[in-house]
Amino acid sequence: MQVEGGYLVVGATDIVAVCRYLKDRFTLDYLANLTAIDYPPDRIEVVYHLYSMAKKHGPVALKVKLPRATPTVASVTLIWRGAEFQEREVYDLYGVTFDGHPDLRRILMWDGFQGHPMRKDYVVEDQNVLS
Amino acid sequence: MAIDRGLQSELQKQGVYLTTWDQLANWGRSNSIWPLQFGLACCAIEMIATAASRYDIARFGSEIFRASPRQADLMIVAGTVTKKMAPQVVRLYNQMAEPKYVISMGACATSGGPFHKGYNVLKGIDRYIPVDVYIPGCPPTPQALLEGLMKLQERIKSQSFSGAMAQKKGEYPIPEFGSSGLEPRYTPDVWQLPKPNSPAPTTPTAS
Repeated sequence: MQVEGGYLVVGATDIVAVCRYLKDRFTLDYLANLTAIDYPPDRIEVVYHLYSMAKKHGPVALKVKLPRATPTVASVTLIWRGAEFQEREVYDLYGVTFDGHPDLRRILMWDGFQGHPMRKDYVVEDQNVLS
Repeated sequence: MAIDRGLQSELQKQGVYLTTWDQLANWGRSNSIWPLQFGLACCAIEMIATAASRYDIARFGSEIFRASPRQADLMIVAGTVTKKMAPQVVRLYNQMAEPKYVISMGACATSGGPFHKGYNVLKGIDRYIPVDVYIPGCPPTPQALLEGLMKLQERIKSQSFSGAMAQKKGEYPIPEFGSSGLEPRYTPDVWQLPKPNSPAPTTPTAS
């Protein structure tokens, strides 16, 4: 774990323990945002923004760096229930797998959709302006 | 058969009204276009403003927004049609009673607008259903929507009622979700790819 700018960069295997600690020790009871950033060719980062409603402080920003080929990280849904849909969205649009998620399936695109459209190398079917 | 305007006017002064069935029917239906109560994005806010007292769409007889497609004459496609929503829009259009009309309101409904190159937005509702009036704007002002409605009234008045009914096409195919977008990408009866420019002149072969 290390600090980079305003972020706390956490290893993929430590994220649940770190989140649990931050929630218990600093009352960071609210996961305001969970998203991802695609850095081709080899990295995807998952970003967490934590706030405390009780103590009115925050945000604390966490990042997890993952290999782009097999991005897998543990789910934080059991810590913050609100993570469920946001993790599904990141799974849908970026293809990050969240281990331990209770219901990991696409949320915005339909079930038969192939690919992850927010990845920077995704090619839109009708990219040609007219077709 | 057209009636002589001067004679009609003279007779009206004497309390005799002459008209044709088409004129009577078109007078009625062009002044009572009931839209489907149906908004997709920010254009719907402008449509609501048009229906409210300041712009007052009731002046044109269109204040009765119906919550059921069975009772609506006009579909105002007000906003961004996402690929996920497009099948429902076509289904609603299919369920409307003839004769029915479509206004494509705003840049998104007409061409995809600012989302034109995105992965999730349909590049114009005219790919699946026939559109009568296109309104530019992002979003169009209430005045622009009223202008579009008046254009539609002109269009209705210029048709015969039986002619409008004769144009019935039945149901339009509802697109399905494919692996990378909607399938088919457009209904060929309604919309077709623009023809490419004429082929480049062939270079004369050396003989």
